[in-house]
Amino acid sequence: MADSQEAPGAPATPSDHDHDHDALHASLVIEDDEGNREGRLWVEALQSMLVDRGILSAGEVTLEIQKIESPGLHLGAAIVARAWTDAAFKARLLANGKDGAAELDIKIGEAQLVVVENTEQVHNLIVCTLCSCYPRSILGQPPSWYIGKAYRARAVREPAVVLREFGLTLPAGTAIHVHDSNADMRFLVLPVRPEGSEALDEAALAQLVTRDSMIGVAMAALPPNRAAS
Amino acid sequence: MIPISIPVPIPISIRFNPGDAVQILDLGLSGHVRTPHYIRGKHGRVHELCGCFLNPEKLSVGDSSGPVVPLYRVSFSMADLWPADEHGPNDRLFIEIYDHWLAPQTGTAA
Repeated sequence: MADSQEAPGAPATPSDHDHDHDALHASLVIEDDEGNREGRLWVEALQSMLVDRGILSAGEVTLEIQKIESPGLHLGAAIVARAWTDAAFKARLLANGKDGAAELDIKIGEAQLVVVENTEQVHNLIVCTLCSCYPRSILGQPPSWYIGKAYRARAVREPAVVLREFGLTLPAGTAIHVHDSNADMRFLVLPVRPEGSEALDEAALAQLVTRDSMIGVAMAALPPNRAAS
Repeated sequence: MIPISIPVPIPISIRFNPGDAVQILDLGLSGHVRTPHYIRGKHGRVHELCGCFLNPEKLSVGDSSGPVVPLYRVSFSMADLWPADEHGPNDRLFIEIYDHWLAPQTGTAA
């Protein structure tokens, strides 16, 4: 981030809103807690009307929320760990993400899946500038910064700066490929397999695959023996 | 979130091949449009065909009558998109663009 200029909304730093919020954001969409409060009032009013009129039951709403929230990161991590250990699988996964996931009995429900591979030469970063497109079937719900306008605006314009704010400085010469996920595809980053993980089995490898590494704002975690050193 | 659309067998002619130079049109449409403003008018290269999908601009208002349209991944040099900012020479942006937002170019986009 430039020292001389306050760049709004650096990821995951709560102090970003010390500035005059209204002056800086003449926003079309109310974000953050303010927007959540207003949205919540609307949702609660709508739900109580639908329940009162017998169109919905509260139990149906709860079930639907459970369905939306049930997929988790472990699914994406399982896909990555298999790709790290099985070169033929990785080739099929990169050719067609949805078919590759299906081999592990993982269903991508919301769209098609494109898997992009990080290498020594190329680092991939995923963003949805228009809204919050995200491979929810395999990563669960996106983090709040992914939905926030600051990340969405800046990731396509100054990705190296954004990555540094996340604590990731790429080796000089690494090309950055930003993927604006805005339509019928969803994107999963296949991180580089960490050094020192050669002896680990698939289950242990999956533990190294973090959410952020599958979005592209971090590397996969180091194995426990390396992380401690 | 956009409505779920599934790819179908390709019934129509595909205008672009990987590597083709294209320009993103500014169709001036409003509503559930999936082409962000920052990319309109820019010159890029077709990366790949994703398949054919129902047009989200119609789907969003309940019109699933078709026809399906080809969807491409198009890539751009970051230096072309944001010339005032610093980028690596091989930094690129990839974005999905529906066929009707694309014009063929004879230009020399990176």
